[in-house]
Amino acid sequence: MASQKKERRLAFLATALPPIAWVVAFFLAPLAIVWAYSFGQNVSLTEVDISGTFANYARALQPLYLGIFAKSIFVAGITTLLCLIIGFPVALSIVFASERWRAWILLLIMLPFWTNLLIRTYALIAVLRTQGYVNFTLEWFWDQGSWLMTLVGLEPLGDFTPLQLLYNNFAVVFGLVYVHLPFMVLPLYAALDRLDKSLIEASLDLGAGHIRTLFLIVVPLALPGIISGIIITFVPALGAYLTPDLLGGPDSQMIANVIERQFKKANDWPFGAALSFLLMYATFAAIALRVYFTRGKSTDAGHGI
Amino acid sequence: MSDERTKALFGPHSRRSILKGLGAAAVGITLTGRKHSAWAADEEKKLNFYNWDTYIGETTLEDFAEASGIDVNMSLFATNDELFAKLRAGNPGYDVIVPGSEFVQRMIEAKLLEPLDHSKIPNIKNIAPEFMEDAPFDPGRKYSLPYTWLVIGIGYRKSKVDGVPDSWKYLFDSDKYAGKITVMSDASELFRNCFKYLGGSLNDASPELLKKAEAMLIKQKPHIKAFHEDNGQDLLLSGEVDLAMEYNGDIAQIMTEDDDIDFVVPKEGAMKQQDTLAIPKGAPHPENAHKFINFIFEPEVGAEISSTILYPSPNAAAVKLMPADYRDNKVIFPPADVMAKCEWPNYLGPEFSRMLDEAMTRLRAA
Repeated sequence: MASQKKERRLAFLATALPPIAWVVAFFLAPLAIVWAYSFGQNVSLTEVDISGTFANYARALQPLYLGIFAKSIFVAGITTLLCLIIGFPVALSIVFASERWRAWILLLIMLPFWTNLLIRTYALIAVLRTQGYVNFTLEWFWDQGSWLMTLVGLEPLGDFTPLQLLYNNFAVVFGLVYVHLPFMVLPLYAALDRLDKSLIEASLDLGAGHIRTLFLIVVPLALPGIISGIIITFVPALGAYLTPDLLGGPDSQMIANVIERQFKKANDWPFGAALSFLLMYATFAAIALRVYFTRGKSTDAGHGI
Repeated sequence: MSDERTKALFGPHSRRSILKGLGAAAVGITLTGRKHSAWAADEEKKLNFYNWDTYIGETTLEDFAEASGIDVNMSLFATNDELFAKLRAGNPGYDVIVPGSEFVQRMIEAKLLEPLDHSKIPNIKNIAPEFMEDAPFDPGRKYSLPYTWLVIGIGYRKSKVDGVPDSWKYLFDSDKYAGKITVMSDASELFRNCFKYLGGSLNDASPELLKKAEAMLIKQKPHIKAFHEDNGQDLLLSGEVDLAMEYNGDIAQIMTEDDDIDFVVPKEGAMKQQDTLAIPKGAPHPENAHKFINFIFEPEVGAEISSTILYPSPNAAAVKLMPADYRDNKVIFPPADVMAKCEWPNYLGPEFSRMLDEAMTRLRAA
């Protein structure tokens, strides 16, 4: 009995040690260095003295930077909400699709992952800009409409004014939704797929409509998946910097852009480290919130029974 | 039409454009960091060259290999900041780098550069004397030699503007071209050119001047279409904007594709820059590095490079070999009277860098 236990512990150690060593060496150790930097100050162009100062955090908590944090949280929040609204029906349709179609739709969802983010973003630029495919298409329809108007003897439409789709906050949110949608769809699909479909049938049999069934049966049962989806969409969206950089307008700065500048142009690593850690605390808070939510749910369910 | 579009997306991008974005994805071409060889005099026939994208002649590296037997391994960086950040943690194995003039000064201060041995670079005689004399960022050119120089100005679409927009006013202080202008997102380049417009020197580190420039730009911001990451020429070429703050070489490159585009250095003067050849501390092949730098200053080699990258060359002997449409190009070599008002930027110290960055953050958040 005892030896069996010991053997099991050995097996556990043998399998767990490599990943633990990996996490320590390549995640926790570098993180600790950045964390230490956040309590340092520049003493020369290349040296940082870790003096234990809180000056970087004090600076990071100024209204200027808090405002940028708030804006980033807002943009990431909108992105997450849109991903949820778009992703939920998509996930539902995958679940109810036939076996053959399901594989194809899942493949289509994953396909963008096989392309570099930068390439996808540059492609979006070509689609959205003034001389881009969206505006070309709209212009074509506009011209056809104009031609039809003259055909029936009416005044033709005026000149086509291209839509300003690029270099503004709309473009940033659009780009972020486009990039992060798969992060939302996949956990939703996983949750909905596990769902016992007889419960939906029961709800419909007992007289609930489709909408009511969706919100009273499907959504609560899929809640853990929804929360996972929200977290893994929100966290990377909060730290996005390529998208606001390339698609954003004059006021589309997000906190990650400020952080990037500290490590490059401003050459102020301690301040950049402090900002990064504030961002990370915000992320931890989001994850803690998730734990709190899911725990509350499971005990509720327990009481219900 | 579709042809133009493809060109705009996939056409020749200057060193300062597409790689900039790729830098985010940390693109590094192969780099084999070799440690110091014990037989320094008898170096292995290799050289690690760290350069900007599209910033060398088409056959330069092969020609050098042929002439010297030394294989050049070129990797690319996209911004001076990236170069500095890489070297600040210790030279990962580069022999020759191409820092901008302001960064030369920063790197000398940070003790990241190896002094050059001018006796091993006889072709220094080919460099126009003013570049050897007028170099406040590296007095006596102990650490760096000029590779190309460039000047910031306004690239514009001729058919969409009235006359020649020869003042910074149109970018910084006017709604005349509202929504059709783009300026650089680099705090130093943006604010210090504003200093010129406001009648100051771009080496004036006074907080008052910076405050004035910031207030002016915050007022101007609603009229600005985008703060570009050094891809202003792409925005101009694709018709997204009609005026773009950009380097002369970048505009000269797109002018070969679209003859409705021109470039002017504003009458108030502007920031000029130099990209230089330098050897970083701890370079594994310093002998080869000197040979390579000397080779670059051969007249034919310099001409080969200039005809590819279309940046102004400080190599007087090479310029002589170039065709007239390069030598007399008003974009590549802007008129002397306006160039006289342009300045090399000095490194103004960490405190001012921080103030610049905060001003930029406020401007973007405003």
